[in-house]
Amino acid sequence: MIYREAGDFKASYRADGQTFPLRLDRTAYWALLAVAFLVVPFVITDYWATSVLVPFLIYAIAALGLNILVGYTGQVSLGTGGFMAVGAYATYKLTTMFPDVSILIHVVLAGGVTALVGMLFGLPSLRIKGFYLAVSTLAAQFFLIWLFNKVPWFYNYSASGQITMPERTVFGVLVTGPSTSAPAKYLVCLGFAVILAWLARNLTRGTSGRKWMAIRDMDIAAEIIGVNPLTAKLTSFAVSSFMIGIAGALFFAVYLGAAEASESFGINKSFLILFMVIIGGLGSVFGSFAGAAFMVLLPVLLKNVLVGGMGWPTDLAAHIELMIVGALIVFFLIVEPHGLAQLWRLTKEKLRLWPFPH
Amino acid sequence: MEQLLYVAELVMNGLMTGVMYALVALGFVLIFKASGVFNYSQGVLALFAALTLVGIQNGQIPFAHLINAMFGTNLHSFGWTVPSVLAILLTAGVMVLLALAIEKLVLRHLVGQEPIILFMATIGLAYFLEGFGDVMWGADVKTLDVGLPQGISDTAEAWTAQLTGYGFFIDRLDIWAAIVATALVAALVAFSQFTKQGRAMRAVADDHQAALSVGISLQFIWIMVWSIAGFVALVAGIMWGTKSGVQFSLSLIALKALPVLMLGGFTSIPGAIVGGLIIGVGEKLFEFFVGPMIGGATETWFAYVLALIFLVFRPQGLFGERIIERV
Amino acid sequence: MTIMENPAGYITADGRKIGGTLMDLRNITLRFGGVTAIKDISFDIREGEIRAIIGPNGAGKSSMLNVISGFYVPQEGEVWFRGQRRGQMRPYQVARLGIARTFQNIALFDGMSVLDNIMTGRLTMMKSNLLQQAVWRGAAEREETAHREKVEKIIDFLEIQNIRKTPVGRLPYGLKKRVELARALAAEPNLLLLDEPMAGMNVEEKEDMSRFILDVNDEFGTTIALIEHDMGVVMDLSDRVVVMDYGRKIGDGTPDEVRNNQAVIDAYLGVAHD
Repeated sequence: MIYREAGDFKASYRADGQTFPLRLDRTAYWALLAVAFLVVPFVITDYWATSVLVPFLIYAIAALGLNILVGYTGQVSLGTGGFMAVGAYATYKLTTMFPDVSILIHVVLAGGVTALVGMLFGLPSLRIKGFYLAVSTLAAQFFLIWLFNKVPWFYNYSASGQITMPERTVFGVLVTGPSTSAPAKYLVCLGFAVILAWLARNLTRGTSGRKWMAIRDMDIAAEIIGVNPLTAKLTSFAVSSFMIGIAGALFFAVYLGAAEASESFGINKSFLILFMVIIGGLGSVFGSFAGAAFMVLLPVLLKNVLVGGMGWPTDLAAHIELMIVGALIVFFLIVEPHGLAQLWRLTKEKLRLWPFPH
Repeated sequence: MEQLLYVAELVMNGLMTGVMYALVALGFVLIFKASGVFNYSQGVLALFAALTLVGIQNGQIPFAHLINAMFGTNLHSFGWTVPSVLAILLTAGVMVLLALAIEKLVLRHLVGQEPIILFMATIGLAYFLEGFGDVMWGADVKTLDVGLPQGISDTAEAWTAQLTGYGFFIDRLDIWAAIVATALVAALVAFSQFTKQGRAMRAVADDHQAALSVGISLQFIWIMVWSIAGFVALVAGIMWGTKSGVQFSLSLIALKALPVLMLGGFTSIPGAIVGGLIIGVGEKLFEFFVGPMIGGATETWFAYVLALIFLVFRPQGLFGERIIERV
Repeated sequence: MTIMENPAGYITADGRKIGGTLMDLRNITLRFGGVTAIKDISFDIREGEIRAIIGPNGAGKSSMLNVISGFYVPQEGEVWFRGQRRGQMRPYQVARLGIARTFQNIALFDGMSVLDNIMTGRLTMMKSNLLQQAVWRGAAEREETAHREKVEKIIDFLEIQNIRKTPVGRLPYGLKKRVELARALAAEPNLLLLDEPMAGMNVEEKEDMSRFILDVNDEFGTTIALIEHDMGVVMDLSDRVVVMDYGRKIGDGTPDEVRNNQAVIDAYLGVAHD
C-alpha cells in the first residue's frame, strides 16, 4: 500500500519528465546516494574496495558507455577492451608528460581522446550494419592492442612493456599508486560513476537519445523523419567511447596501478562488458549498474561457495563460472532481453498494485 | 631470384593456412545460410570436438574432475584406448547430440528474433561450451594424433628443388588439410545439390516462411545444419588440434574465420574459400613486406583491417548477395 | 481552362483556399536496373490541397511517393519544391524542407513510447547541442518542455491521450497508424505524404482516419499527398487525383473527371493493354 503513484500528481510537463516519477523512488535514490558518499567511505575495507566496489564502479562506467552504443543506438561493438586501453594509455602519456596537471583532468582528457578514436572506428558504421559491424569493431580491438604493444612510445620505452601509474593526489589525498587508501580509490570512482550516469541519463532522455533510439529501432525511418545517421551514429560512438575511455583510465590508474595492453584490455574484456549490458538490460542506465554488479559479484560468490565452502579446485570453479555466465546470457536473451532492469521494473509494477492485483 | 622464390614459398604456405581458415569459415556459412544465425561459437565447437575426440581416444572419464571434486574420488581414465576411426565416429555422434541440445534449448526459443540477438546468444553459447568442454575433459593442453602425416614434406621439397633449384618447405599436414577441405566442400556441394535434405536446406535458406508452408520442418533442418557444422568443426578441430595441440587457443581460430567471412560474404561457400585464401596469403605477405617496418606480429589485426576496409567499399562482401533497402 | 488551372489559386466548394504550386514534378522517370517503375510522369501539388495518387497494384504509386520524399532519386526529370529545383538530397535533408510522411507498413520506433515516437517528429527543430543536453537544466529542458506542449496538442487532436506512455510495440494496428500520423504532424510539415493511410483498416477505423485527414487539412492548412487503394475513400477525400497504371500517368483531375476518364475505367476494369 506504500508504493503508489496515487496522489502524486504532475502539474507540469517538466515534473512529468523527471527521472523518478514516484516520490518513493526519489527518496530511495537520494538515500542511496547519501549512503554511498557519506557512510561507505568510513566503513570500506581494502578487500571490499579491491574485489567488489572499485571494479563494480569502473565496470559500471564502461557498461554505461557500451549501453549507449549497443542498447540505445543498436550498434554492437566488440572493441570495448581496445577503447578502454586507449583511455588507460592516454592517461599514462598525459600524466607523465604533464605531471603537474590534476589527474582528474587527465582522466577526462583521456575520455576525450578515446571519443576521437571511437569516432574514427565508428565511421564504418555508416556503411556496415548489424553483426558485420560487430565483427569489424574487432579490427579496433586487435589493432589498438597491437599498437600499444608494439610502439614503445606509448609505454615510455619501459623495459617490461608495461605502463605503471605514478602517484598522484587530489586535494592532497593520494588517489593513485600502490599506497592509495581504499576510501580514496572508492570515492574517485564513485564520483565519476555518479556524474557520468547523470550525463547519460540526460542525454538519453532528450534529443540525442531519441535520435539514437530511432536509429536503433528503424534506421531508414529515422533518416526519413530527419535524423542525420552520420551525426547520430558518430555522437553515439563519441559519447560511448568517452565513458569507456574514462573507465579504462580509472581501471589502469586507480584499480590496477600497472597494466599491459593485451593482459588487461584483451578481447575478453570486450565480451565481459557486453555481457554486463545484456544481463543488466539493453537501453537502461540502471541496467548498466545492475549488470556490472552482477558480473563482479558472481565470480566472488562462486569462489566463496565452491572453493571456500566446498573445497573445489579453483580452475574447476572458473570453468563452472564460464558455463554459468554463458547460460545466463542465453537465458536473458531468450526470456528477458531487457535484462535485470526490466525484471526490476516488473517487480515495481507488481508492487504498485500490491496487495490488490486486480 | 632467391627472394622471389622465398615469396613464392610464402604464398604457398599462406594458401595452405588459408585453407585451414576456410575450413572454419565453412561451418559459419552453413549455419548462416540455413538459419540466419551468425554462429560465433563455431570456433569453440571445433575446440569441443577436438577435446571430445582426444578424450574418447584416450579413454578419459568425462567429468572426472567434477566427480572427483564432489565425491572425493580419484577417477581419471577407463584404462583403454579407442582406435582413431571409431573415436572420430563417436565424436561425430556427440556433435549430433550437441546439435539436438542446442536446437532444443536455445534456437527454438529464439525463432524470429533479430539477427544481432541471435549473434549475442551464440557468444553466450560459446562461453558455455568452453566451460562445459573444460569441465568434461579438463583444460590441460592435449596432443591429438589420428595418424595424419606431419612434418616437412620431403617429396614437395625434392620436387620443387628439382623444378626451381629451391626446395619449398611445406608441411605435410597442410597438404592433407587442403585435400580434406576440398573433399569436404565437394561433399557439401553434392549434398546440398543432389539430396532431398540438401534441397530442403536451400529452401529454408531462401525463405523460411515459404519453406514451412511446403511442409519442411524447420526444426529438422536446424538440427541437421548444426550437426553438419559440428562435423565441419570436428574436421577443423582435428586439423588445428594436430597442428598446434588441443587447447583453449584453438577456439580463437573462430576469430580468424570472421574476417574471412566478411571478405567472402556470409552466404557464399566459394566466398569462404576465396576469402580464406586471400587472408592466408595476404597476412603472410603483409608481415613479410610491411611487418618489419612497423614492429611485426601484424597477423593479429591484418585480416580484420583488410576486411574492414574492403567492407566499407563493398558491404556485402565478395560473393554476398546485395542487400536492397525498402520502405 | 477550368477554374483549377488558375495559377494563383482558387476556393473549393467547401470553402477551403487552395494556393499556388507547392511541388512540381516534371517528367519523372525512375528505373530499377532494367525495370522502369515510373515513365515520364509530370504533375503538381498545390498548397492546401489534398492530392491523391491512385492506381492498381504495381502501378508505381509507392515509387512515386518515394521520389517525392527523396528516398529514391529519379534518373530523369526534375522535382521543384516551393519554386526551387530540388537537387539530389539525402532523405533527412528532405525532411528538413518540411516534407513528412507515413509508411504503408508502419515504420514506428517500437522500442519507444508513443510520446517519444511523436517527439521524434520534432527532432529537426531541436536546437540544443550535446553539452546543453548533457547538463539538461537550462536550454535542453526548456526546449523539451516547449516541444512537449506542441506534441500534447497533437495528442489531443488525434485522441490518443490515454496511450501516451505505452510502448508502441504493444499497440493495435489502427492505433499505430494514428501514432504514425501524429509523428508526421509533429513535424509541422509543409507537405504531408500518406502511404496507404487506410490499408488494412475496418470501416470504422477508415472513417476515423478520413476524418483526421480532413481535419488536419482543414485546421492546419497542411498540404497532403496520399496514395490509396480504396477508390471510394479517395474520391471523397481528395481535391485532385492522379491515376497511374504500369508506371504511366493515365489520368489527372478532379474526382469526377477521373471517374469518367475512359483510360482510368479500362485500367481498373482490366482491359488488355496493346
